[in-house]
Amino acid sequence: MMNEERFQTALDGLAAFLGGGMGARRLWLCILAFGATTETAMAASPEPPPGASSCLGCHAPRRVDTAVPPLAGRQAADILAQMQAFKSGQKPATVMDRIAKGFTDAEIEAIADWYARQK
Amino acid sequence: MLKLRPLPTGTPGRNDGRRTASAIRSTRRQFLASGASAAAASALVAAPPALGQAAPRVVVVGGGFAGASLARALKKADPRIAVTLVEANRTFTACPFSNLVLGGLRSLDQQQFGYDKVAADGIEFAVASATQVEPGARRVVLASGSALGYDRLVLAPGIDLDWSGLAGYTEAAAEMMPHAWKAGAQTLLLRRQLEAMEDGGVVVMSAPANPFRCPPGPYERASLIANYLKTSKPRSKLIVLDAKDTFSKQRLFQNAWKELYPDHLEWVALSMGGKVTSVDPSAMTLTTDFATHKAAVANVIPPQTAGHIARIAGVADNTGWCPIDPVTFESKLVANIHVLGDATIAGGMPKSAFTANAQAKVCSAAIVKLLAGEAPSQPKLINTCYSIVGPNYGISVAGVYVPKNGVLTDVQGAGGVSPTDAPRSVRAQEALFAEGWFNTITGEVFG
Repeated sequence: MMNEERFQTALDGLAAFLGGGMGARRLWLCILAFGATTETAMAASPEPPPGASSCLGCHAPRRVDTAVPPLAGRQAADILAQMQAFKSGQKPATVMDRIAKGFTDAEIEAIADWYARQK
Repeated sequence: MLKLRPLPTGTPGRNDGRRTASAIRSTRRQFLASGASAAAASALVAAPPALGQAAPRVVVVGGGFAGASLARALKKADPRIAVTLVEANRTFTACPFSNLVLGGLRSLDQQQFGYDKVAADGIEFAVASATQVEPGARRVVLASGSALGYDRLVLAPGIDLDWSGLAGYTEAAAEMMPHAWKAGAQTLLLRRQLEAMEDGGVVVMSAPANPFRCPPGPYERASLIANYLKTSKPRSKLIVLDAKDTFSKQRLFQNAWKELYPDHLEWVALSMGGKVTSVDPSAMTLTTDFATHKAAVANVIPPQTAGHIARIAGVADNTGWCPIDPVTFESKLVANIHVLGDATIAGGMPKSAFTANAQAKVCSAAIVKLLAGEAPSQPKLINTCYSIVGPNYGISVAGVYVPKNGVLTDVQGAGGVSPTDAPRSVRAQEALFAEGWFNTITGEVFG
């Protein structure tokens, strides 16, 4: 990986060269943002944990007309609690009780963490 | 690590595509393996990793729930992979919910989707039929004569109707006795016939033996035809002649039929002489070992096989279906070819759109790993299938699956069907979730 100190020095130099009021910090942020988009655009995305990709069959990743709530961006603790309540039968359900029973606690945790990180 | 390693440029070894030689082209493997870290480095300094190198190529044949899902999932998982989707039609007509079109509760255009958004993801959309697969040369030949090279090929051809599977049932016969098992013109034809039928006419359906696309489909269809007869042709009746004694969600369907359609639906099991052995479209008759049924309208759901191209590629076995590795969905018969959806022998997983979509996402993750020379992760998959029995009356079956002993196996203690004793409010809720599912999955695949 990059030697951060050298990179910062290079940035400072570049910022000074560009001038025009763009400070090193702002340029740094630009590059970070650019780097982030480039990374998502070009690299392989991390793989979802076992079972997670199937959830999107019903839980839409974006807004569609459905009564089923989305998972992406929800608190991991919330997803975990709901899944455990479905699994134990505490929470009444149509299909989620049948599905939750197919997952271990560790698998549910990994899925909850994954969806909490998705936007 | 800002500079990319020079890559070996050797010619990839040719092989006959069989299991003994499934090596990944080393150039492409290194492309992806080094690409991840290269892309993490600043793009300000490093050249884009794709420059000057061949991106790995994945060709997908079939743009249904399996193929279109795979193409999009793969492109999203790693945009550096060149993905081509080969599909003969510019418009996809979804089978799930097409029984509502037959029942007069939905229009066919609500079933139809284009590929604009798929193409907008950077997937090359080739409107073409694949006519040949050369596993050794890793090429797919199109009807035009042109060919597409691949590192990995994904076949998602769905089903073909087995025109030799039922005496008298030919493609010409299907114009008189529609199967409507591929949604579109056939759906509209059967709908028009039902509408044109006189009140008092008998509708006869023939349901096939396992396996076939959409196991609860014939019974959802029977329900929705019965609903139409009850409301619009009250002196008419539907007779379902079945080549099976048991079927998906059976108790739920039969309870609902007793409650909703006692005078409009009669189911004849295999053991009661239900198996249709021949049909005669000119006489509009369906014959079993015990009787000949004259129909005003006949819906013949014939035996099925994996889509044509799967059989041409050699990935179908003598059952007509495709054995796959349950982790990668790679064919057990031909290396570097993956098979998805209805065409597969997927153990406990039924031939459903939900299954096709779930398999596609797992297969996509596996292909990314395989192209990078890494071991694919052990997956877990879910299926959920809704059936609409009548307005505001939905039922479901669900399952959770893991690879075990080389097949996808039900996780014990999970899955199963809706409770038989559920109140109507639960049926209404499931009907609502069914519609939400359709909107969600079509949104994910085509939206």
